[in-house]
Amino acid sequence: MTDLSASSFVRQDLVAERAAPAKTTGFIGFVRTRLLNSPGNILLTILGLLLAWYIVVPTLKFLLVDAVWTGKERTACLAEKAGHEVGACWPYIQAKLTQLVYGFYPEAQRWRVNLTYGLGAALLLPLLMPRLPAKGINSGLFFFAFPVVAFFLLHGGGIAGFGVSWTAGLLQLFEQSIGGAGDLLVNLSKSSAIAPLPWVLGKVLVLVGLLIHWLIFPLTWLRDQLQLSSLPVWGDFLVTAAIVSAALFVLGGGTRTGHRALIGSLLTFAGIAAGIKLMGLDRGGFPIVDTRLWGGLLVTLVIAITGIVASMPIGIALALGRRSSIPLIRIFSIAFIEFWRGVPLITVLFFATYMLPLFVPGNFAVDGLLRALIGVAIFTGAYMAEVIRGGLAAVARGQAEAASALGLSWWKTTSLIVLPQALRYVIPGIVNSFISLFKDTSLVSIVALFDLLGSLRASFSDPNWSTPTTAFTGFAFAGMIYFVFCFGMSRYSLFVENRLNAHRRH
Amino acid sequence: MSIAPRKPPLQFALRLKRALGGKTGWNGLAAQIGFAAVLAWIAYEIVANARTNLETQHIASGFGFLNYNAGFDVNQSLIAYNNSDTYWRVFFVGLLNTILVSVIGIVFATVIGFVVALCRLSPNWLLSRIGGIYVEIVRNLPVLFQILFWYLAVLAALPAPRQSISIFGAFFLNNRGLIVPQPVSEPGLYPFLAALAVGIFVALGLRHHARRALFQRGQVIRIWPYLLGCLVGLPLVSMLIFGWPLKFELPQLKGFNFAGGARVIPEFVALTVALSTYTAAFIAEIVRAGVMSVHKGQMEAGSSLGLSRAATLRLIVVPQAMRVIVPPLTSQYLNLTKNSSLAVAIGYPDLVSVFAGTAVSQTGQAIEIIAMTMGVYLLLSLTTSALMSVYGWRINRSMAA
Repeated sequence: MTDLSASSFVRQDLVAERAAPAKTTGFIGFVRTRLLNSPGNILLTILGLLLAWYIVVPTLKFLLVDAVWTGKERTACLAEKAGHEVGACWPYIQAKLTQLVYGFYPEAQRWRVNLTYGLGAALLLPLLMPRLPAKGINSGLFFFAFPVVAFFLLHGGGIAGFGVSWTAGLLQLFEQSIGGAGDLLVNLSKSSAIAPLPWVLGKVLVLVGLLIHWLIFPLTWLRDQLQLSSLPVWGDFLVTAAIVSAALFVLGGGTRTGHRALIGSLLTFAGIAAGIKLMGLDRGGFPIVDTRLWGGLLVTLVIAITGIVASMPIGIALALGRRSSIPLIRIFSIAFIEFWRGVPLITVLFFATYMLPLFVPGNFAVDGLLRALIGVAIFTGAYMAEVIRGGLAAVARGQAEAASALGLSWWKTTSLIVLPQALRYVIPGIVNSFISLFKDTSLVSIVALFDLLGSLRASFSDPNWSTPTTAFTGFAFAGMIYFVFCFGMSRYSLFVENRLNAHRRH
Repeated sequence: MSIAPRKPPLQFALRLKRALGGKTGWNGLAAQIGFAAVLAWIAYEIVANARTNLETQHIASGFGFLNYNAGFDVNQSLIAYNNSDTYWRVFFVGLLNTILVSVIGIVFATVIGFVVALCRLSPNWLLSRIGGIYVEIVRNLPVLFQILFWYLAVLAALPAPRQSISIFGAFFLNNRGLIVPQPVSEPGLYPFLAALAVGIFVALGLRHHARRALFQRGQVIRIWPYLLGCLVGLPLVSMLIFGWPLKFELPQLKGFNFAGGARVIPEFVALTVALSTYTAAFIAEIVRAGVMSVHKGQMEAGSSLGLSRAATLRLIVVPQAMRVIVPPLTSQYLNLTKNSSLAVAIGYPDLVSVFAGTAVSQTGQAIEIIAMTMGVYLLLSLTTSALMSVYGWRINRSMAA
């Protein structure tokens, strides 16, 4: 035994402890590994610190330390009066706040704007939270009911008729246009060498116009009778509700399965009736506030939200058109999308401001805000089409094939199978287009609309508040508003994206 | 009872159906006819209304106005222009100014964008944070906001010419713009340029030769001393013989303003700064995404082959990243060019500002002028996207090979 222990070495004492490895966790470890791990990195860290120091400190000093917080007019924000170097001039923002939020919206009517903001938030926030139920009703209310309600709330005014009158009016316009085109062609043929062709075409168009005239005669007659009655709006409303509900009942499957459609339609009409009654639309509604008085954040939000709501149907239609197998529709969609995506938004706004009024009948003077809205909607629609096309491409081919194997028509396949899935895929894309639209709304200040940026620029020219720091203060304030909106939305879009990709994470 | 094969349908009928209605056949044809009718109706309405409206406003349509005298001044022009020139000339003045601001903006945006992307990719936590904050702030503010910020706040707050901020005593920044040294050509200019051209040509030839030697015979030729000699030495020799190629005329403060030097108008400065910093944020994200899209294994494989870190980056990572970066980068360049139309907000005389702005309000020829302006931008973006398709096609081909 002793031999054995003598031939092998057995250590009798403990090995001296090695020094602990450099700490790589905690604050010290973090500084060591991420900031000071090599001479080059130390240099970069020092550079970064210097950079941060020279940007952050003056900014904070300007916004908080040196800022003037109270005052009645510009002298409060002058260095001589304040006794120190003056930073941001917050009293100026206080004085201009209503202008930046409401524009020149009459003070007595501002509750309408606030109510609209509240309604919008109450409908939008639940829509954004994936946990909450009833997305269908919620999005229906936000995308269809809210824009109409918001229009009557913000703009004011009432309605003189309802569905029957509007349909009759539109159809009459169409009929007159067709008839006019026919007459023009017949007249042209008198002075032209290729007389017969335009003459025949013109006569056909006149005949078509006449046919439409006789076809819609019951409708126009009904409208005239309703307008003569004592309660034109409600009479019209009841007739429209009855016709639409009956039609939906029949289309929904009659006595067999039509009850669901009937109940839905009646409930919708009850809601519309409540809206009309509450806002008093049948008695002229709220006092009209001209859109030239709107301004500030109100215009920014109106344009951004109308733009996104209006661009959705345009985008869906164009995206489906671009994937269509019918050549003419596909070519038209491609040309339309590429054209509007190829030009800058400002030229689109110029187009909407200067050219669009020339394209509509002369007595139809288009409101300045409406022109900008049309331009923005077309422009965003083209971008939206590409976003939605991406979503459509992401839906597996087998889905549409399975649907057609079940015997569904193209319309049913698209609306029940493909679109719901595609739209879910593109929520982040839609939010991203909303962010860029929100930023782009600032361009309307160039075509003489006073959005947030336009109101800000207008407020700079107020001599009562002209100080050396006014411009910086104004930009700091407006910048914070833009940043909060855009940054919040971009975080939301990331959140949705992560949620959609939850199954792919590992 | 024999089963006779059914007669195949007539080929020409099938072909006709296919040609007229696409895959959907006769239904598609009907849809197309209906769609064409609707389009024709809309077009008719537009033309008819436009004619009536133009007649009531007494505006003659057509492009004849382009030969009239413009009668207004433009405060920056690359070609000779005075107020008795035609609208055609105004169009070209605006177009050249747009191109100028776009090109310079693209150069700066690329440089800033790559620097910010390097910051964001840096292992240094502080630097990557600073890069991230820059990107977040700049991307979340409207570009018009930034243009106005630089123009109305920053440039307006600069001192008057007498108290100009001097940079190296050669550049002077004040509220009337940026005064830069003006290059004046000397007799040595042409020999210098010729020497430079020869140098570049020889260098390219050498590089080609060296690569062929490397790829075909595996022979490494060290060419950088010769390259240096061609690119730097030749011009130096020409300068020694013929004298300086350029002389820079330094601006001098005389009285209340500067004499000598060239003045860059503040609108140009504000527009260039705003556009390049704004686009740089997007470029930084594109570059970062491109570099991160290259799989980590590529880097590891490179170092296991014994390549140095720089060589791995240059030969393996960057070429793969470039494939991802180039298409969105081009679309950012296009965006910058389109955003340069916001010059109209601060009065920089670009195409939209002088042509679609001033010329429209003077002549009232809205349809023609706006159509021409849109056409220019459209042409630009369609050309770019065509080039990008060619690029994508080439990349796909080389990946497949």
